[in-house]
Amino acid sequence: MADPSTGASTPSATFSVGIAGDDLRREERPLPEGEPPPWPANAELAVVGKPTARIDARAKVTGQARFTCDVRLRGLLHARRIVSSVPHARVLAIDTSHAERVPGVKAIHLIERALEGPVLRDPSAEAGGRYPVVRYVGQPLGAVAAVTQEAADEAARLVEVSYGPLPFTVDMDQAMKAEAPPVYPGPVDQRASAGGGGAVAGLPQSGNVRGPTLTTRGDVSAGFQEAEVIVEGTFTTQVQVHSAAETHGVVAHFDDGFLTVYASTQGTAGVRDDLALLFGLPKEHVRVLTEFVGGGFGAKFGAGSYGVLATELSKKTGCPVRLVLDRTEEQTSTGNRPGTRQRLKVGARRDGTLTAIELESFGTAGVATGAGVGFGAERMYACPNFSGAQSDVFIHAGPGAAFRAPGMPQSTFALEQVVDELAERLGLDPLVLRDRIDVREDMAGHAHRVERRVGAERFGWSRRRAPGADPGPVKHGLGVAQALWPHFIRPASCEVSLSRAGQVEIRSGVQDIGTGTRTVLAQVVAEELSLRPEEVRVRIGDTAFPDGPQSGGSNVTGSLTPAARNAAATVGRELLARAARKLGAAPEELTLTGGAVVARGNPARRLPFREAAALLPRGGFTARAQRNENYGFSGKDWRGAMGGVQFAEASVDVETGIVRVVRIVAVHDCGRPLNPLALENQVAGGILQGISYALFEERLLDPTTGHMVNPDLEAYKILGARETPRIEVVLLEDYHAASSTDARGIAEPANIATAAAIANAFYNATGVRIRELPMNPPRVLAALAAAGRE
Amino acid sequence: MNRLEAEPTTKAPGDPEDERTAASTGSPFPGDPTFRTTRREFLAYSSAGVVAVSLPLSREQAAPPATPAARGPGSIEITLRVNGSHRRVTVNPADTLAHALRDHLSLTGTKIGCDRGACSACTVLLDGTPVSACMTFALDVGDREVTTIEGLAHGRALHRVQEAFVAADAMQCGFCTPGMIMSCVALLARTPHPTLEQVRAATSGNLCRCGTYPRIFAAVLSAGGSPLTSL
Repeated sequence: MADPSTGASTPSATFSVGIAGDDLRREERPLPEGEPPPWPANAELAVVGKPTARIDARAKVTGQARFTCDVRLRGLLHARRIVSSVPHARVLAIDTSHAERVPGVKAIHLIERALEGPVLRDPSAEAGGRYPVVRYVGQPLGAVAAVTQEAADEAARLVEVSYGPLPFTVDMDQAMKAEAPPVYPGPVDQRASAGGGGAVAGLPQSGNVRGPTLTTRGDVSAGFQEAEVIVEGTFTTQVQVHSAAETHGVVAHFDDGFLTVYASTQGTAGVRDDLALLFGLPKEHVRVLTEFVGGGFGAKFGAGSYGVLATELSKKTGCPVRLVLDRTEEQTSTGNRPGTRQRLKVGARRDGTLTAIELESFGTAGVATGAGVGFGAERMYACPNFSGAQSDVFIHAGPGAAFRAPGMPQSTFALEQVVDELAERLGLDPLVLRDRIDVREDMAGHAHRVERRVGAERFGWSRRRAPGADPGPVKHGLGVAQALWPHFIRPASCEVSLSRAGQVEIRSGVQDIGTGTRTVLAQVVAEELSLRPEEVRVRIGDTAFPDGPQSGGSNVTGSLTPAARNAAATVGRELLARAARKLGAAPEELTLTGGAVVARGNPARRLPFREAAALLPRGGFTARAQRNENYGFSGKDWRGAMGGVQFAEASVDVETGIVRVVRIVAVHDCGRPLNPLALENQVAGGILQGISYALFEERLLDPTTGHMVNPDLEAYKILGARETPRIEVVLLEDYHAASSTDARGIAEPANIATAAAIANAFYNATGVRIRELPMNPPRVLAALAAAGRE
Repeated sequence: MNRLEAEPTTKAPGDPEDERTAASTGSPFPGDPTFRTTRREFLAYSSAGVVAVSLPLSREQAAPPATPAARGPGSIEITLRVNGSHRRVTVNPADTLAHALRDHLSLTGTKIGCDRGACSACTVLLDGTPVSACMTFALDVGDREVTTIEGLAHGRALHRVQEAFVAADAMQCGFCTPGMIMSCVALLARTPHPTLEQVRAATSGNLCRCGTYPRIFAAVLSAGGSPLTSL
């Protein structure tokens, strides 16, 4: 095939394209130079696409898996942070004398410049003062290191902080008023983490209201004039706390100019880069290790105040310092999904064609930015006219952070309820309306269509009755909602080596936060080299290896596995070249099959894998690869999107206000599924977090003190075994010919649509819209009562 | 500026002996208004006060328990029966079993998620009964046999619950997994063929933030003899 830009000949190859069971086909497409031949669809592969037990499962079920909080080093000191007990104050003085006298205390470090969060554009607006201004309860002020955790805890409690109290507010509505106490004395900016969050720099800021971020397309006024039906509503969502099982923590050892940090992180490279910058070290002098991570969900990016404090304390003492947050610190200061209020208005013609969408949102990420409601309304459905205005509102509360599809569960809760209501107003089935308006192929339109069809059949959508059909107090309903998430890729690299003993090893800095990264890497390399996954050793979570991607935006599988396959392909070619000499054949005649090098058409001419590896030079052979751009990507806008459609069956007790989810059917796409066993598990996990968000979770702040009332795992209710419904997950194979593995992640899409699907089931059960989360008894009864008054 | 003088000590910092000496000293400012009672101190107090609660006497007036002899406030050497062997360990009266296992016996498979009995990541078995090790004093264990996640497998041979967790992929991050498995092992010991509702009840105190419950249910039912199916 001729490349029109260069005139050079570009090789082409046969790719699998489309959705299995729908339009799966083979197509000739250009294959970029250096890329291995495309894999066929999963049905023709040996390892990839087959349910595969986690290669680290044994370590996890025997207690051998070492998490950061388990790291014990010789001479280890334990640390505890000193945190603020007031929501807004100048720190006048900090007296550490009592703390210093606690036996076993070795060092105290006080923070003298803010380590995280938004930065004032004009620092002089808050000049003077030795310590940063306190803006929320639980803000770190410093930390103590001692020979025992008990001594560190005790000493941290004995640090006396003199506050010059300032007025505060922990209520978004109050914070928006002109006379509200400002969280910042002037405009601020904050960069996003690798998982998202943050906000556009340079936006206007008035008092506590920062923004809006404006997005417009077409002319919404004209669009609403064209509309024959207009649906609108105001939707409110609560603050959700990540609540990872393992709290944030590090063990830092600063030794002779070299810093070694064990970190519970979603990005080893990010922690290294932060600490190298802050401590003025070359990156090669900072090594970050992450063997196992007890969950992250978006809150574990960067070194964090705890990482910096542990490093400072290690620098002062020369000892390794373990700083692992306690549960209260975790729930108050390490991140949350911001609370939001959005007004969404949609205009349509009688046939369902959308003519205008208008969105206005205010959200609060506490002292941080990043409280927007995403891009669902802007992008999911075809509509020529869109206007969005999203603003952050600062309050004196702990910072928000990226949380599994930042903004999108909030966005979808509103959008999918409005679409549901529009369908009813138009007298259309909600799936039929979506078939008409969900036609943007760049927004997973095709996958959505197949997902609606497959899911409706599996779920029994035809059982759906008119709203409020049950006569008794417990009413059942069915609802549906869709997810949308971009296909992100990030720079990613790894190396694959083969020793003369035949041991294959893959090495990357990437961390496995529970998503099964180790296992998909082993699968991909095993497939390429015709081995079994358990024959591949995976060494990850160490910045001594080539940089892996950070675990955010569902990018890791799609970013790293092509690099892993490409490196393995180079190793395979080297192996064939060596074997060719031995077998007296040309390398092109040989192939790797069934754990051996075999001549095509002559299976008798073969060399077992190990014997072929023994032909390598001393030291074996190592290939390094990095993620190349997606095949054929134009560089414009998105690389594509992932869909997902979820169907919910729920019951509502209109006397007690208790909502129960009975069953969820979820149909999702993630490119080529690599390990269906782990993927289905991860989707179910996203759904359960979504149910928990929809029904239970809510951060409660005391308006009179600014303290979080439920900074724990008992009063902050999270879904458990008793509330887990029947969940059925269907994974599509959706081939895009985008990379050498054509794989994508699933973490975020799984979590986006659940709350909206349950809300639509709530409406179908009761005939009443619930526009506020969580759907707990007080809110449910209030919504039912308000509807009864209308 | 905050660098403190290292205290003269003959032991390396972090040495368990050193730790216990330091921790047992407690607050030098018991009357200080900034001093707050910690959970462990509260536990210690309530434990000591059991007699007072059951009798119309104040704690000071209550007769000391007859046996065993009063111990503490300093560190005490005790013997714990852990995973089939006797382990000598020196603990403070306020040390929890979770602390003793993790920090004195290097059995870090027992996890601490909340340190107040809300998440069950620290579940171990005491004579076969699941308990939260973060809510159990090491001193209160007595001669009961402690089984931790490290004590389930026999060499390379995993316990059938562990095998089932691997096969069903009943884990994601793996942090809650040890405690979850201990709860399920206890269930199968008393109910060899549990129903789904019994599995739910047995795991209802174990928080899995990744949301792997459907796989856990499938794993335990399969370990109880039902075919492994996705729930």
